Amino acid sequence: MAQQLSSKKNNFGLGVSLRNYIRENAGILIGLVLLCIIITIVNPNFLSSNNLMNVLRQTSTNLYLAVAMTMIIILGGIDLSVGSVMAVTGVVTTMSIATWGFPVWIAIIIGILVGLLFGAINGYISATTIIPPFIVTLATMNIARGAAYVMTDGQPVRVMSDSFNFIGSGYLFGFLPMPVLYLIIFLIICYIIMNKTKLGRYMYAVGGNPEAARFAGINIKKVKFFAYTFSGFMAAVAGIVLASRMFSGQPTAGNGAELDAIAAVVLGGTSMSGGIGKIGGTVIGALIIGVLSNGLNLMGVSSFWQYIVKGIVILIAVYADVIKRRKAV
Amino acid sequence: MGNKLLEMIGVNKRFPGVYALKGVDFNLESGEVHALLGENGAGKSTLMKILGGIYGIDEGEIFIEGKKVQINSVKDAQGYGVSIIHQEIVLVPYLTIAENIYLGREPLNNSGFIDKKIMFENAQKFLDDFDLGLSSSTLVNDLTVAQKQMIEIIKAISFNSKIIVMDEPTSSLSEKEVDFLFNTIRNLKKKGVGMIYISHRMNELMEITDRITVMRDGEYIGTVVTKQTNVDQLISMMVGRELTNYYIRDFGNSGETVLKVDKLSRKGAIDNVSFELKKGEILGFAGLVGAGRSELMKCIFGLDPFDTGDIYVNGKKVSIKNPNDAINNRIAYVTENRKEEGLFLIESVRFNLTIKILDEFLKFFRVNQRYENNVANNYINELSIKTPSTEQAVGNLSGGNQQKVLISRWLATKPKVLILDEPTRGVDVGAKSEIYSIMNRLIKEGVSIIMVSSELPEVINMSDRVAVMWNGRIQKILSRDQFSQETIMHYATGGN
Repeated sequence: MAQQLSSKKNNFGLGVSLRNYIRENAGILIGLVLLCIIITIVNPNFLSSNNLMNVLRQTSTNLYLAVAMTMIIILGGIDLSVGSVMAVTGVVTTMSIATWGFPVWIAIIIGILVGLLFGAINGYISATTIIPPFIVTLATMNIARGAAYVMTDGQPVRVMSDSFNFIGSGYLFGFLPMPVLYLIIFLIICYIIMNKTKLGRYMYAVGGNPEAARFAGINIKKVKFFAYTFSGFMAAVAGIVLASRMFSGQPTAGNGAELDAIAAVVLGGTSMSGGIGKIGGTVIGALIIGVLSNGLNLMGVSSFWQYIVKGIVILIAVYADVIKRRKAV
Repeated sequence: MGNKLLEMIGVNKRFPGVYALKGVDFNLESGEVHALLGENGAGKSTLMKILGGIYGIDEGEIFIEGKKVQINSVKDAQGYGVSIIHQEIVLVPYLTIAENIYLGREPLNNSGFIDKKIMFENAQKFLDDFDLGLSSSTLVNDLTVAQKQMIEIIKAISFNSKIIVMDEPTSSLSEKEVDFLFNTIRNLKKKGVGMIYISHRMNELMEITDRITVMRDGEYIGTVVTKQTNVDQLISMMVGRELTNYYIRDFGNSGETVLKVDKLSRKGAIDNVSFELKKGEILGFAGLVGAGRSELMKCIFGLDPFDTGDIYVNGKKVSIKNPNDAINNRIAYVTENRKEEGLFLIESVRFNLTIKILDEFLKFFRVNQRYENNVANNYINELSIKTPSTEQAVGNLSGGNQQKVLISRWLATKPKVLILDEPTRGVDVGAKSEIYSIMNRLIKEGVSIIMVSSELPEVINMSDRVAVMWNGRIQKILSRDQFSQETIMHYATGGN
């Protein structure tokens, strides 16, 4: 039997993966390219390396949240608290440095622990009770936002620390923004989790058919707990990086960030009913949102109008995607 | 029997890559129950979907009461008096019976609001006609499966349907409820309604139908009068060859006790159940729906907690609190509801097959997909699962192949005790026979099987012993020389 096993080889090469990736995401990839072309025609500055790095840096915050959100939505859940958790972790981290005088690395650990705590609470309640995750995270969203306001009395917490500022504003080798570096690392980790590990398999299983997962002896609680806790962790990363870039912890930070993350996930082709989705799609989804707002800025469109454009783009893109999928079936 | 209600002549239907119907003829007379029989994929559902206006027709003609008709939509079909009762119940659970019957065509009063009084009264008349003893203001959610099925039928009749199609109407009904359904069908016959009856259950077809049309691979094979045929002839028409040995079972000597269940109880479900399972035997579990068979299996497999009692594996007392405890004791459970509780329908064959054995492919923490694919392919070959590839979504396979995928998943865990709950439900004849031969092979390899089944012929032909359950208890354990449909039914209905 062993011989038979090894004799049958399948091609899992990089070329095949890339081709599959392009085929799976053809719709939104074309959308993204079209968007880039239009913006470049209107304003060629779009293609400057400075601007492109800028887009990546801005998109990275959204993607920290969106990759974890992808896992949760594949699981059949939702996490509305991430924007607020960003704020509270940013505030806690900056206060640890500025108010309580901790060293930067300890402050970061404290911030991440706070994010993990919120995630764990979301995960624990969602996994062990029948309260829908929408409600659970709606509640923690309010609690986290409130905590950020209470701790700061609504005022930003300024931090004067070069090493802290480097976290969000520094460059690796002089050209790669640090936030983009973290993003690449987390994307690789998440890709491996979702595509190569048992845990990832179980997420698709739980989201695709929770009853069947239970009958197969999958520990659903553990899987859910992990996903929400991981989401809290990624929100902390986003919060700390953002605080570093703004030289301050803002209690208003990340307002509505959860919705941008959900938009990126949905644009990327993940099904809100669970079981279907890919991290790779979410990356393109987030890039569409990032390129769009960057492009609109370059064109001088006011931020008020940008909301309206973004809303319309999301509707059209998701509708087109749904149509495409239905035809495929 | 009366005049021709429906005639379908030379119906052709092609889907991309599939020639689904090749010049199929079918006719139905008023007051007749006409069965459509064929393996899954034979084209029965496609033909009915054309009649019901869900699919368009490529070539062919349809006559209803002698007039040529064009059916382009579900509305058209309803207009011609055609109603289809689908296998899955499509009622709105939190609306009343009356609201469900009149959904989409509610009677209005003069001011344009729904005339609830008339609606409830009319619905009540229908319910009383069928002697259901239900109030039209009852929520559908509070009804049993059989009652819901009745409501579907009443809904069809309320459209003044002349032609009613029933797709596997008894698949989730108990014996008693089936009797009730058959009485309803006989009543409808008297009123001149023509019914097309799709089912895999031969004994039901023999009992209730007047004629049987057999289809195979999208082709019309033939129509026979039920009274002049027998099961063997029908099966050979369906599979195109004589199935000389349908039940495959070599009876041998069973060995020592591998599983012992001692005085297991769970409030409201099972009551003081004890039995032993021997190595290399098939222990059948017979009983009516609701007798507690599946509930018992769920306790043994750790899906539901039990209040009192003990489980012994190979003579040692074990603690089973969740499915993983059971799996670690080499117990596997193939659920009766493969779509709801078994398979991940949107995922691939490979995903479904290997979900319980991922540890075998783990390299550090990564799943080795190449190795995994090979294992999946081995099971596909071994159980002859018909699928284009390992990556095909399991939901696209036929019922029999889905069932084989689910069985493979559990075989991959190398179980010593395999619990099969309704292993051939909704599976066509060919696949059924294959599943029996898989069971036979497993027994020879020393696996012990518990088979819960509501199909008495299956229980009788495949089991070494049969435990008959009633009301949460094991009423009697029968040995092979005591088997007969009559004795089993005697104990299944509470006899001593």
